[in-house]
Amino acid sequence: MMHKLLIVMCLLFIAGAGYVSAEEIPDSLKPALPSDITIYPDSGGNVAVIYWFPSADDGAGKNIVTGYALYRSPSPKGSFEVIDTVPPGPNRYIDFLPIDTTVVDSGAPFSPAPVTEVTLADKDNDHGHAVIVKWKTSADDIAGSPSNRVLAYNVFRAESQSGPYLMRGQSASGDTQYDDVGSKEREARDYMPDYTDYYYIIRTKTIEYHPGHKDYFYIVRSITDNPDNYRETSPLQFDGTIYTDSQVYGPVQCFGQWFNSGLIPVLIFVICFTAITVFMIFRARRGAELFVRRLAGIEAVDEAIGRATEMGKPILYVLGLGTAAEIATIASFTILGRVAKKVAEYQTGLIVPCYDPIVMTVAQETVKASYMDAGRPDSYDENMVYFVTQSQFAYVAAVNGVMLRELPATNIYMGKFFAESLILAETGALAGSIQIAGTDEIAQIPFFVVACDYTLIGEELYAASAYLGREPVLLGSLKAQDYAKAAVMIIAIVGFITINLNWDWFVNLFRVAN
Amino acid sequence: MAVTKKISLLILAIVIVLFAVSWIAKTGTFEDTGMPLGLSVRDGFLVTFAAFLTLSIFSFLYKDNPYYKFAEHLFVGVSAAYWMCVGFWSTFVGNFIPKVSEGLSNFFEVPYKGFDVFYFIPLILGIMLLLRMSSKIGWISRWSLAFIVGTTAGLNLIRYMRSDFISQVSNTFVPLVVDWQGFGAFFSDLSLNASGQLIMTMSNWVIFIGVFCGIIYFFFSKEHSGFFGGASKVGIWVLMVTFGASFGYTVMGRVSLLVGRLTFLFHDWLGLIN
Repeated sequence: MMHKLLIVMCLLFIAGAGYVSAEEIPDSLKPALPSDITIYPDSGGNVAVIYWFPSADDGAGKNIVTGYALYRSPSPKGSFEVIDTVPPGPNRYIDFLPIDTTVVDSGAPFSPAPVTEVTLADKDNDHGHAVIVKWKTSADDIAGSPSNRVLAYNVFRAESQSGPYLMRGQSASGDTQYDDVGSKEREARDYMPDYTDYYYIIRTKTIEYHPGHKDYFYIVRSITDNPDNYRETSPLQFDGTIYTDSQVYGPVQCFGQWFNSGLIPVLIFVICFTAITVFMIFRARRGAELFVRRLAGIEAVDEAIGRATEMGKPILYVLGLGTAAEIATIASFTILGRVAKKVAEYQTGLIVPCYDPIVMTVAQETVKASYMDAGRPDSYDENMVYFVTQSQFAYVAAVNGVMLRELPATNIYMGKFFAESLILAETGALAGSIQIAGTDEIAQIPFFVVACDYTLIGEELYAASAYLGREPVLLGSLKAQDYAKAAVMIIAIVGFITINLNWDWFVNLFRVAN
Repeated sequence: MAVTKKISLLILAIVIVLFAVSWIAKTGTFEDTGMPLGLSVRDGFLVTFAAFLTLSIFSFLYKDNPYYKFAEHLFVGVSAAYWMCVGFWSTFVGNFIPKVSEGLSNFFEVPYKGFDVFYFIPLILGIMLLLRMSSKIGWISRWSLAFIVGTTAGLNLIRYMRSDFISQVSNTFVPLVVDWQGFGAFFSDLSLNASGQLIMTMSNWVIFIGVFCGIIYFFFSKEHSGFFGGASKVGIWVLMVTFGASFGYTVMGRVSLLVGRLTFLFHDWLGLIN
């Protein structure tokens, strides 16, 4: 009865959607807008230059764009009048503005001094495709003063001295630098090839207008063969204020560097940490006793498995929303292996619903290997580890359902968790399950702390995998981490002392470039 | 048992009637705004169905029930299918095909970006991953998994070393006293302003002691006894205070989500609030 009603509801929904679809042009069939539209003045403010990259449906995608219509209005809410229609493709349109010549110029208009001492240089320690532009501010730029008449600096770039110059960005008054960073992807609109000559102009913008000049607003519309099928931008402002361009500077070329010298401290730390790790792994392999203190949360895992066996109920193991490459998920696999082995020994049920298909694959391998280690490969059922969905809250809804229908004796949450942590843990608590959680996601730990019986906080999760596994590689890594922490404490104390003695050299050792 | 079934059927009948009434009422409401009949019927249905699903999910607060199960299964099924489609169209059609085949690019109506042989590497790794469905050569899938886990772990080592290790260490290098200009100035300008000298100085001390004791708590090679035990207790206190603040902050965010759903029910559906 219920199923039939549901089917009828779904059919009604589909029919309703189909019935109305013919009455309007769906959004998905409309042409995409052109992108990166920039509008700036030229020729002393007498013209507006409008530049844009073609729509995704212009010569590609749905390929329905037959051109672009340009509209102009003196007010964003006024009536926009069409000024021209241009063919498809990349476009740079020059609009001669209607200047009000009846306005009398009562004196010499203000003209800001241009920027000077412009220097252009390739950006250091990067993969290329970036130029640093520096300048000395305009003599009229009194940054911070209420009487400052300079508003901003616009940076223009061209690949030849004669142009055309396209606006790259803007810096506020008082600023002396702009990082012109382009894309390294050839097909990207913002692609900035290396070893190409670039020329720059820096425009000093003011807040005043020449008599008769004012701001305008433009709308760019992607048009198609069907006059009713179009898409247009919201009104875009053209700033008609007074400006002064600098002279042309350049050429300059950008290029990448093989080595990022700003990351040398990272290299030193990686080498030291790797050396300690390898040394400790060798020690562990040679049979050295490496002490790891007791972790209450992990010891509770064995108790929880025993409880599940006594109650004859399954164990629910949730690996979180992380990918298979997340460190928390990798640590969780080790713990899952241990749990699965115990489960196989005690012949208890195990349920592992997965959010990520690759995590599911690894989890299946882990559980299968554990069942083989326990000498019970025949008990392994691939369906105990299954994929649910990659939608966060749909996954939560499904796991909550499992908790209330299967009533697992123990819920174990180990891995990367986000907003779903409290919902899962609360439902598990309502179902009366023992709950053990562990995550390195700091924002989610509080929820596990309040709703679970045991919580592994941050690095305890990584330690747990070593503690349980007792494998030399994991134990050695854990020991190396402890040595690194000891080093951090010593460095923190030394740094604390040196900075209070104003010895900056030590602090500078730890400055790392991005 | 028969009584329970009768009650379930009665509730179902009430739900169907309410659904129908809501659909008709919302259609009328939309039509009153000048919307064409077809659109009104559709939007009336969508709003009613969204309200039905919202209430079905909320019904979980009482206990597990068929309406929650329906909403859950619909949600899981739709989202799984949706993400499969997104994966196919964004990864396979969006990224792979434009780099390997002009014919297929034209077929899927995506711009061809030139042949790139490197794009066959993820394709091969993906096929290797799918081989796990074979019992004989399923072991090949482990190579793909090893590649994914290994490369990401290697890349993350550098990232974490920079952001979580060196940057955090350098952020603990804080002055003992902020902007010290003598006792006279200190006491004359004494205030509890967050950017004042006293609070900033205390903040620096909390940072240093908190980091120091927090690290001791996460030190696994020594038992937490004596000085270590005391310091680790301070560390766990620092952590718990931080968690408490984080808890309150996040709960406020969750309340705003609840407000969003209640606004939908009382404004978009029932029209009781403006």
